[in-house]
Amino acid sequence: MTTLHFELVSPERLVFSGEVEQVDVPGIEGDFGVLAGHAPYVSTLRPGILTVHAAGGDQKIVVLGGFAEVSAQGLTVLAELAETVEDIDRAVIAARISEMEERVAKMEPGNELDKLITRLDHFKTVDRHLNGTAMH
Amino acid sequence: MASLKDMRVRLASTKATQKITKAMQMVAASKLRRAQVAAEAARPYAERMDRVLGNIASAVAGSDSAPRLLAGTGADKVHLLVVCTAERGLCGPFNSSIVRLAREKANALAGQGKEVKILCVGRKGYDQLRRQFERQILETVELRGVKQMGFAQAQMIADKILARFDNNEFDVCTLFFSRFKSVIAQIPTAQQIIPPVFAPAAKDAGAVATYEYEPEEEEILADLLPRNLSVQVFRALLENAASEQGARMSAMDNATRNAGEMIRKQTLTYNRTRQAMITKELIEIISGAEAL
Repeated sequence: MTTLHFELVSPERLVFSGEVEQVDVPGIEGDFGVLAGHAPYVSTLRPGILTVHAAGGDQKIVVLGGFAEVSAQGLTVLAELAETVEDIDRAVIAARISEMEERVAKMEPGNELDKLITRLDHFKTVDRHLNGTAMH
Repeated sequence: MASLKDMRVRLASTKATQKITKAMQMVAASKLRRAQVAAEAARPYAERMDRVLGNIASAVAGSDSAPRLLAGTGADKVHLLVVCTAERGLCGPFNSSIVRLAREKANALAGQGKEVKILCVGRKGYDQLRRQFERQILETVELRGVKQMGFAQAQMIADKILARFDNNEFDVCTLFFSRFKSVIAQIPTAQQIIPPVFAPAAKDAGAVATYEYEPEEEEILADLLPRNLSVQVFRALLENAASEQGARMSAMDNATRNAGEMIRKQTLTYNRTRQAMITKELIEIISGAEAL
């Protein structure tokens, strides 16, 4: 199978760099899979779980916001925060959720509130997923 | 002439100073390693960000809908200089070289009849700038007590800059920091961040690919531009942290060496003086004995 070059960088470090078969990226308007030879494409990300399919097995990485760029050189994901599912600190997610819930409670109805609620939902999905895998 | 006791005291104090500078050098060396790793780890993100944004910007360029953060306000009257320095001194020319660059820029801009405003990050820069620019300094961000520079601090500074930009307080924003090249070379740098200046795309990369966007370009840019600002600030802070430790390390290395030289000279004078006194006393005893 042909592979594509995938790089995942967060502001603090280069999280992943290498040849992979497929990457499933949580885009703002739905998940999308990237294979080798994908058309040039730019999308923002929603907080979610990114799956890397490589020869050595699959790897799941939690990304919180950022954006993805597909070009002839491969896929580059610039994430605000990126940690593998095993390494991520659930308390960080929980803290973000409770902080956002407080803000939602205080805010006036409007565009900002809608955006925040959507964002909160994404975080909750990630949280559920993390807790789900822990139970299995 | 100083008595032997005075000389002993002076020698002891020079030795104590040397111990301190030696310790500071070693602390700086170990901090430098961490700071350098952090600065180098942050480079890929900032570079990719720059490249992607440059690509998108060239696709949007020319259209009237380009956001203000990208295109600027259209004016060039009020300049904001963000001067990033350290919180501490004793690091050689690190702080003053950044401040000098900023001051030259401020004077040049003032000479062209433009208004200059300054935002200081780090106490040392504020201390040096306030004599000349007291009234132009809008705010000072102190990062004391911050052990490891994180993205949160950069975000905080970027938010301050953005809030002022949204209030139309300035047209052009330039970031001053010291680029870490090596332990002995740190280059004070000025980087214009609003509106951003992109490195020209490499020609060998072929024609700029036409991207598909999801959501629309404008929405992506509205999300990306503030983020880019934080990233550039973050990179400046990390480069600065590494440069500071590098500068301190070489400054303290010099100080240790100078102290060693002083100790050598003082020991020599001390021994000579002591020998001279012994000889003098011997002569006194001998001539006293002969007189009998």
